[in-house]
Amino acid sequence: MEKLLKILRKNARLSAEELAVMTGRTPAEVETQIAELERKGVIRGYSAVIDDEAFDDDSVLALIELKVTPQSQSGFDEIAARIASYEEVESVRLMSGGYDILVSVIGRNIREISQFVNQRLAAIDAVQSTTTHFVLKSYKENGIIKTDPEKDERGMIFP
Amino acid sequence: MIDYDSLLSREAQAIKPSGIRRFFDIAAEMDDVISLGVGEPDFKTPWRIRRTAIDILEQGRTNYTANAGLVELRKQAAKYLSRTIHTSYEPQHEIVITVGGSEAIDLAIRATVNPGDEVLVVEPSFVCYAPLVRLAGGVPVVIETKAEDEFRLTAKALREKITDRTKLMFLPFPNNPTGAIMRREDLESIAGVLRETNVFVCSDEIYSELTYSGKHVSIAEIDGMRERTIVINGFSKSFAMTGWRLGFAAGPEPIIKQMLKLHQYQIMCAPSVSQYAAVTALKHCADDVAAMREEYDMRRRFVVDGFNKLGLDCFTPQGAFYVFPCIRSTGLSSQEFCERLIYSKKVAVVPGSAFGECGEGFVRVSYAYSIAHLKEALVRIGEFVKEIRNG
Repeated sequence: MEKLLKILRKNARLSAEELAVMTGRTPAEVETQIAELERKGVIRGYSAVIDDEAFDDDSVLALIELKVTPQSQSGFDEIAARIASYEEVESVRLMSGGYDILVSVIGRNIREISQFVNQRLAAIDAVQSTTTHFVLKSYKENGIIKTDPEKDERGMIFP
Repeated sequence: MIDYDSLLSREAQAIKPSGIRRFFDIAAEMDDVISLGVGEPDFKTPWRIRRTAIDILEQGRTNYTANAGLVELRKQAAKYLSRTIHTSYEPQHEIVITVGGSEAIDLAIRATVNPGDEVLVVEPSFVCYAPLVRLAGGVPVVIETKAEDEFRLTAKALREKITDRTKLMFLPFPNNPTGAIMRREDLESIAGVLRETNVFVCSDEIYSELTYSGKHVSIAEIDGMRERTIVINGFSKSFAMTGWRLGFAAGPEPIIKQMLKLHQYQIMCAPSVSQYAAVTALKHCADDVAAMREEYDMRRRFVVDGFNKLGLDCFTPQGAFYVFPCIRSTGLSSQEFCERLIYSKKVAVVPGSAFGECGEGFVRVSYAYSIAHLKEALVRIGEFVKEIRNG
């Protein structure tokens, strides 16, 4: 299973048959395993890694640090779940250190993101403060390098 | 005007340049070629090893080492051999650190071969053995391995080629280009033939770490064979360290002593920075090697399956990072297949005939590439084969 996840993490578009050949199993076994991983929630989905800069120059990625007052019953979970339910939000993480929750948001422009911070995040009672960082350039995402791919410098040295 | 013809050594001139040089020149000049041609890992040298080299440079430890190599490296090599092939060598007198496995091959030949001695070369194999044997005045005698034996050397084929002039035999397994390996029982039967003779074995085990489904076995482990075997190994393939040029030879003291003497006049010592880095490789990088092996293994299965589906029969190799599909069903020779493939689909593979006459009818395909790269290459080869078959 670990092997399967390692392959899928890099390339989720290989067919069950190809995965079966690579891991020395039958396609049916691979399909069962993947179904199992999906059912258990280990595999949460399959998404393309899109370079937003290449697709749309104007989109903006922001990382927003939140200081949050923990709730008596649920701690940070309830607030984090609420933020995670917002469509604009790409990721929500509980952090150790100087703040509590880190949110990443993709917007069409800076104004859209400031509106989101003002109206959706700052408006939550438990949120004490927000610090917004706009991302200037992204070099690697989801393990995939976004700058020009490295050239294969190996020569045709014989043999 | 100086007359170069009379200047040049007759032995050097008599050595044929590699027959496929022209083909490689074509590939080098074309854009967007998908190569499956290289014989080196696509992985970077593990970071820990590179880090050691950086530290050594920073400290300025860039002098010659002992001729035979750093004592610590020889000790680690001895430990490595005892761990992997269960054979013990004395680091002071039975191991020499060389400039790649290549130098060790040359030393082994020149330490043992007298003019007229016959040297058995198992083919298909790495191309350097026969020319180096000739330079030493020896006579290369080819033993062909066959697809129906999964390119393993059989006792029968060996026995047929042994004469009273046979001095040395090269045993290149895991094999480049076929990916064949010798299992313990295969080695036992070879050893059964050799023990009755005075033939010495040079076991080129440079791909030993890349053995799939099972562990590598060396002929030196087989009863009575340690005393008649030189084991050659190195760092290029196992630790992805091709450019560091580092290998070693281990064997009985009388042979190593002569090899060391030649090495000392010819090379002085292997590169010192590489040697320090190699100590780290042997001490700390077994996990990196295992991770690379696992990755190669997945690609191997993928590529073998791919060729068989295209109708190019491909036995499942158990070692190295090559597959050796048979292309006879296309009606083309190895050379024609490779040239037409590169011109029409821009995919480079190596003709099997480059590795000995018995490699004719096959091509060598390296899978030291990403799955995405291999997948694209297989699609193009598939189109090519279809076009050939449809005339």
